Amino acid sequence: MSATTTAKRKKTGTPNRIGLGLDPYRGLKTTLCAGCGHNSISERIIECFFEMGIDPTQVVKLSGIGCSSKSPAYFLSMSHGFNSVHGRMPAVATGAVLANKQLLALGVSGDGDTASIGLGQFVHMMRRNVPIIYIIEDNGCYGLTKGQFSATASRGSLTKTGISNDLAPIDSCGLAVQMGATFVARSFSGDKKQLQAILKAALSHRGTAVVDVVSPCVTFNDHVGSTKSYKYVRDNKIPLQSIGFVPFFDEIHVEEDFAPGSVREVELHDGSLLRLEKLEEDYDPTDRLKALGRIEAAVEQGQIITGVLYVDTEMPSFTEMLNLDDLPLAQIGPERLRPPQSALNEVMTELA
Amino acid sequence: MHDVNVAPVEEPVSQTLEEVVNDFSVHVATVNGSGSQSSNLILLRALFEMGIPVSGKNLFPSNIAGLPTWYTIRASKYGFTGRKKETDVLVAMNSQTAEEDVESLSPGRAVIYDEPLHLNDLRQDLHFYPVPFDKLVAPVCPAPKLRKLVRNIIYDGVLASLLGIEMEEIRNAILKQFKTKPKAVELNWNAAVAGYDWAQEHLVKKDPFRFERMEGNKGKIIIEGNAAAALGAVFGGVSVITWYPITPSSSLAESAQEYLKRFRIDPETGKATFAVVQAEDELASIGMAIGAGWAGARSMTTTAGPGISLMSEFVGLAHFAEIPVVLIDVQRMGPSTGLPTRTSQGDFLSAATLSHGDTLHPMLIPATPEECFEFTAKAFDVAERIQSPVFVMLDLDLGMNYWTADKFEYPDWEMDRGKVLSEDDIEKLLGNWGRYRDIDGDGITYRTIPGNRHPQAAYFARGTGHDPDANYSEREEDWIRNMARIRKKMLGTRRLLPEPVIDDNPNARFAFVGAGTSNEAIRESRSQLLLEYGIETAYCRVRGWPFSHRTEDFIARHKRVYVVEQNRDAQLRTLLRRQFPVIHDHLRSICYFGGMPLDARTVTEAVVEEERL
Repeated sequence: MSATTTAKRKKTGTPNRIGLGLDPYRGLKTTLCAGCGHNSISERIIECFFEMGIDPTQVVKLSGIGCSSKSPAYFLSMSHGFNSVHGRMPAVATGAVLANKQLLALGVSGDGDTASIGLGQFVHMMRRNVPIIYIIEDNGCYGLTKGQFSATASRGSLTKTGISNDLAPIDSCGLAVQMGATFVARSFSGDKKQLQAILKAALSHRGTAVVDVVSPCVTFNDHVGSTKSYKYVRDNKIPLQSIGFVPFFDEIHVEEDFAPGSVREVELHDGSLLRLEKLEEDYDPTDRLKALGRIEAAVEQGQIITGVLYVDTEMPSFTEMLNLDDLPLAQIGPERLRPPQSALNEVMTELA
Repeated sequence: MHDVNVAPVEEPVSQTLEEVVNDFSVHVATVNGSGSQSSNLILLRALFEMGIPVSGKNLFPSNIAGLPTWYTIRASKYGFTGRKKETDVLVAMNSQTAEEDVESLSPGRAVIYDEPLHLNDLRQDLHFYPVPFDKLVAPVCPAPKLRKLVRNIIYDGVLASLLGIEMEEIRNAILKQFKTKPKAVELNWNAAVAGYDWAQEHLVKKDPFRFERMEGNKGKIIIEGNAAAALGAVFGGVSVITWYPITPSSSLAESAQEYLKRFRIDPETGKATFAVVQAEDELASIGMAIGAGWAGARSMTTTAGPGISLMSEFVGLAHFAEIPVVLIDVQRMGPSTGLPTRTSQGDFLSAATLSHGDTLHPMLIPATPEECFEFTAKAFDVAERIQSPVFVMLDLDLGMNYWTADKFEYPDWEMDRGKVLSEDDIEKLLGNWGRYRDIDGDGITYRTIPGNRHPQAAYFARGTGHDPDANYSEREEDWIRNMARIRKKMLGTRRLLPEPVIDDNPNARFAFVGAGTSNEAIRESRSQLLLEYGIETAYCRVRGWPFSHRTEDFIARHKRVYVVEQNRDAQLRTLLRRQFPVIHDHLRSICYFGGMPLDARTVTEAVVEEERL
């Protein structure tokens, strides 16, 4: 593959902890618009997977249809990819992890793909707590068909042609908390540091990790009157925490300069540590009801709250619930897939 | 070769006492939800154990309780166990339908009825046997709540007395039916005995119908097609089943899950070598099955017509991205919700070319439980070989009704996992691998499974245009080359599908072509034509689509070929014409679309009219 890359080449020289350079984490040259928030997200994915030392051959990247869903071609060239049908990537991803529970599933979707056509599958994926990092590249509009509203567009927001949206938006994060996602975060494509920390934490989580990234559409939804424009998001985003992430393979240094009680530490499944320095006094990301209340309040007030909105490290993931064989189902040989002759004889005797 | 059983299909039934032994139908009319299923199964099993070839068909409403339901048992010493159009012995337990049921009988038939219905006034030319069910049930069933259920077992006893069913076999069948519930065994046995004793004492046999023990079921089993297909999946090595409940396919997935729990939990670790997921809808069930197939599982979904419609877009994706998946369609009567509990062969056309654009999906079409088992197991091999969706086309009659069958043969063939490259394989190809490169010239390309650790193993599966290396492409040449290759691959699948069963006959005046459950009716119709009209026929039963060349040759040999099928618009004939345009004028059509299991007389009457016999 001719890998012209979206990511900067600064780290090419230094291999990561599994001995890979940055190249295998890169993908093809993007075909999205210049300045599109989605490209920034692709770059964060490349950096995070590289820095966390994820083996790209054990990753599957999946998407539905839309601008966002094109982006898996632009990162992780050594990972199997699947660009499926509109709004139905969750089912394909679920099937893939059923077949091989050891795969790390990365789903990339958009707001139309997730909250409009794909709402049903999105909800049921979370209800099952399917192990996947599910990124919503959320720009409130359909870029590929020239700017129509999606179901996350704010009430009163205007299209480029001046049409107003009169319907209330679906808040993907509120829905995610309600429907059983066990890691729910919101970020902004322009907030490099926060998005990196969130993505790394999501990589350490086992279960459905929904990461809603507000990612302005520079072509159709970056104008005055849009609530998903760069300007609006910069002016109205309210980070709930300052997020630190300590990967399991790094030594944990306890930093003393925080006020007592102002830092919340969450140990993730692989032993990594999510360190949340509270910027909003009352916010507790392990309290489901409070999280829902705060998300609702933000919608009312036109705020975009960012950070880790909810995390539950106790709930088993879907593949854990199914009591699957240690070996991935896809790797089980015929001798264990086909019961012996005696089993068939047994059934035939019962039916005779 | 398929031999024709020559038999006097309908022995003359008159009001004289000329005996009809082991060749008649028993039709039980009850109310849905009244527990008649158990009593009917006991009856069926007792006859089966007496060695009489028999089938039982449930003609039921789309309803949980209250609407009329019928159970029709066909016994035939000649082995014709398709539905018989005419009822010979009627058990009338349902006041809603009793009069209509009696009116529809031919003279000389027998009616066992619930005494308060007073059916004996309706006709003079039938044999009536009133039975006071309520009076009989009270002493054997003190609990009033259970009486509604238990009174149906009483007719088993009455029928045993009148028709010569051995009570020992009724007892065995009750034991089998309620094996884990000794109290239920006693309750039901007492009810059966009460019916038997009362009939022995009070009824005088007047009708000519009688059962007697024979040796017709040696080595046979009794099973529904759905359970047979479920076993086929389990022994075919399925590892992921994703499904959504829909009549008439639900019992297939449920049955598979039971067998999987029994045979596919590792005894040492207690862990499952399978996953069964009830999805939120058919869009998800097919999506999951495709995701699993892509990631290397043997995956399948089960559904019926409405589900097939919903799966359309995803099936096109799997066809085009070349992902193996097995779909079992237990056909019911459409369009729309249609008749959800009635049988049909109405999905042949939609399944064969499901989805937009040019598509083609192979179908395996079983006609018997043995074939449900074998074809379902085989379907996984075909799907993984050709890396594409493969349909197994059952129907409600086959799937939900009880059939006698030979014991299934263990699938001793080696599983075909298709052209899958390991890490070492890729290394050997020295960078020459491309996901959609046609290296072997058969249109089937080599795939890798996600998780393959070779740095060059990954590819991008997509429903958009792509070049041989799976890169996005809108180039005209890429598109045409790819579509032409897929077509070549798909047409080649006919070699992998079951060959037709052909019964040729040099003296044939004309021929039949059929598929699936039309088989029973066609077999018996040929016998009727021979015995009643002296006409010899030939028969080709197709079992796979795309059709074999043998089917083409067969049609070419016969000037007039009646394609018998269970839909309005001659879907099977349409597929035959499409594939064999040169001989299309040989093909005529007999279409039945009433939703009942197809019977021989309907076929014979249609042919007689067409042939002006």
